[in-house]
Amino acid sequence: MDIQPILAAMRRNKFGAILICIQMAITLAVLCNAIFVIEQRSAWIQRPTGVDEPNIFTMRNKWIGEPEQDAARTKRDLAALRGLAGVADAYASNSYPLLGGGDSGNLGIHADQRHPTATASDYFADDHALRTLGLKLVAGRNFSASEVIDPTFAAEFFARLQTVVIVSQPLAQALYPHESAVGKPVYLGIPHPATIVGVVERLEGPYTRAGGYGSSFMGNSVLIPFRYAVPEIVYIVRAQPGRLAGVMRDAQRLLTNADPLRVLRDVNAMSDTRRESHRDDYAFVLVLAAVCIIMLAVTALGIVGLTSYWVTQRRRQIGIRRALGGTRIDILRYFQTENLLIAVMATLFGCALTVGFNLWAVSTFEMARLPYHYLAFGGATILLLGQIAAFWPALRASLVPPALATRSV
Amino acid sequence: MFGYYTTLAIRGLRSQVALTLLIIAAVGVGIGASMTTLTVYRGMAADPIPHKSARLFRPQIDNFGPAGGMGPAGEDGLQDRLTYTDAIALLQAHAAFRQAAMYATGLVITSADPGHRPFDTYGRATSADFFAMFAVPFLYGTAWTTRDDSDHARVIVITRDLNDRFFGGANSVGKAMTMNGEDYRIVGVLDRWQPLPRFYDLDASFGRPEDVFLPFTVAVEHKMQFGNVNCKKAGAGWDDMVRGECVWVHFWVELPTDAAAAAYRRFLDSYADEQRRSGRFQWQARTRLRNVREWLDYHHVVSTEARILVTVSFSFLFICLLNAAGLMLAKLVGRAPDISVRRALGASRRAIFAQCLLEAGLVGLAGGLLGLILTGLGLSGLHALVSDDVRVLLHLDALDVGIALVLAMLATIVAGVYPTWRTARLQPASQLKTL
Repeated sequence: MDIQPILAAMRRNKFGAILICIQMAITLAVLCNAIFVIEQRSAWIQRPTGVDEPNIFTMRNKWIGEPEQDAARTKRDLAALRGLAGVADAYASNSYPLLGGGDSGNLGIHADQRHPTATASDYFADDHALRTLGLKLVAGRNFSASEVIDPTFAAEFFARLQTVVIVSQPLAQALYPHESAVGKPVYLGIPHPATIVGVVERLEGPYTRAGGYGSSFMGNSVLIPFRYAVPEIVYIVRAQPGRLAGVMRDAQRLLTNADPLRVLRDVNAMSDTRRESHRDDYAFVLVLAAVCIIMLAVTALGIVGLTSYWVTQRRRQIGIRRALGGTRIDILRYFQTENLLIAVMATLFGCALTVGFNLWAVSTFEMARLPYHYLAFGGATILLLGQIAAFWPALRASLVPPALATRSV
Repeated sequence: MFGYYTTLAIRGLRSQVALTLLIIAAVGVGIGASMTTLTVYRGMAADPIPHKSARLFRPQIDNFGPAGGMGPAGEDGLQDRLTYTDAIALLQAHAAFRQAAMYATGLVITSADPGHRPFDTYGRATSADFFAMFAVPFLYGTAWTTRDDSDHARVIVITRDLNDRFFGGANSVGKAMTMNGEDYRIVGVLDRWQPLPRFYDLDASFGRPEDVFLPFTVAVEHKMQFGNVNCKKAGAGWDDMVRGECVWVHFWVELPTDAAAAAYRRFLDSYADEQRRSGRFQWQARTRLRNVREWLDYHHVVSTEARILVTVSFSFLFICLLNAAGLMLAKLVGRAPDISVRRALGASRRAIFAQCLLEAGLVGLAGGLLGLILTGLGLSGLHALVSDDVRVLLHLDALDVGIALVLAMLATIVAGVYPTWRTARLQPASQLKTL
């Protein structure tokens, strides 16, 4: 196909061609970057915690009254919960995955290390934690009941403390990249090292803000065998499959009746916690996707509009060309090619813009670098969008009767 | 003349209804998307205390030193909270016009009335200056006094919400409330007060103020737990948290003049120096004094998400305007015969230009109005999607409406300049021949 006449025509309609070209280029740049952001955020929303989420629920409990009794009261609660029909297992802790916040600390493998080897989230646990969370032990063993400590939070206690811990696999690899971590020491910031007795395949930290604190060490977790006895604790309960809703109701009633001097709140199924904690992420992804879709539609309509305008402007010329033997296909192909030329230019320009946009986002939003295959995908989308949008006006152009040439010349 | 142009413009718009509606739609959709995201952005970027934000400051002291501590730090490596030791030293130094130490703590409120179940809420332990410093409005009573602070008086100020819930909105000043098993006397009830962002404690940037305010001294005496704490070394019990290098106290000072701020900076430096000489710091501890606006920037209160959405939606608005420009070109070309007749009858190019731009402005205004409707829809859609923290930001104020309309009109006029210029340049003769 001869593109010479197309270029000549375009030169006479620079403004419109430039408008379409810029629109398509910006659409490409925004689309590529937005899809990249959407994909990354979706991966964050859906990242697995390593926990049997569908069958777990959690409760926040706050004791009122004698602080010395907290440990004994918690112990009674746990015994009652574990005895409840439909409960698989339960334990008390400071935090759990998806809660949104918790405790974390720096770890090392030598005493008096200047720079920590890793940062990890700390979960207080007992010998029931693994079973409750449904964690997969890949090396070593679970805590034994005798290893679970009643911490006193006095300085002398920590000075003498020697404990065992279970770590998540990414943390085990960060601490001991070339050997098994089981049996090895880990310094938690207290004088004596803890001994790693087990490694679980996956256990995420409690943090939920994308790019926020904790997101850089999400995979690193330590289970510390402490019977957590402070006024405010969380209970983590795993129901037998299919019995979650009933168990949630029964557990609340059971605990409130057994000891009313407490505030029991935030009784949530873990799947709800996941949804709630990522509400704003969903909203963000949805708005971004919506803007992208509307943007594609607006750009397409813009192409339809301007191409239609060109068709109207050139009706007489089209008629002449048809009268001189040009087929309908020729006319159709003329407008499709014209759009293709603009789209190719827009794609080249848009790719540069995409990369520029991304580099700017990398420096201001701490976004990741865009993988290059996005450019290929985005470019193809824009070329296709142009062809589809130009088709209807092009079809109308091809229907201009040759007889038009004979009128009012 | 203006009236005549307006009549002409409206007549012109009516003669090409479909194109005009398309332009209005293009502008409206663009304005709707960008105003929806801009509203969230403006909410996050708002100045929570405009008349005082330049006069309220947050001191920081590098008590962890170059080795750092556990937990997050600011991008300059500093902690945003102070240790108890430093907070008390700054309080006692009285080097500022007003000063307040503070932290959030969980409280359980119980009632003698068996109908009321115990419920837990958040309290803010702080100093008497908090209320005057932040210009907090009172519905009943007043703040407690600095004397109450030093006497460890068990007094509290409660919010209007809590007062409504517990006392049915009646004046509860002088009444007692049982918190964590002990009685406290109510000295004041706040009126509605919700600074957004909640600058004084950004642990919940857009959260509500706590229900109860109580003296810092009382809270510490009763070992009321704090939420966020970072320590240089793994912490242990309460005593370590209070005496050791653990930061958990938010601290604000009011400095009425630039000279006072400069003097306070010198005071902070000399304090840090003193700590080094006494052997507590083995390093030259940096200090910082940021005012409210600098503090909000430092904390990136405007979320990355909001900034991304604003960038994307304004790019989209730009695309919509390019579209509108294209459509206006088509529209004005369609009007060429009309315009030529007016030119031939003596209208100047300027007059044509002015009239076409006025037409563009009218279309822009209509687009802006449509945009506002779409913004309303967008915001109510977001309302259903987002968490409570973002929901409080979804309010369209008068300024938003103004921005939307002015932006729409200006943008449409700018988009219309080139097509208009081309039209005004038309040779009347070339068009009149074909009529």
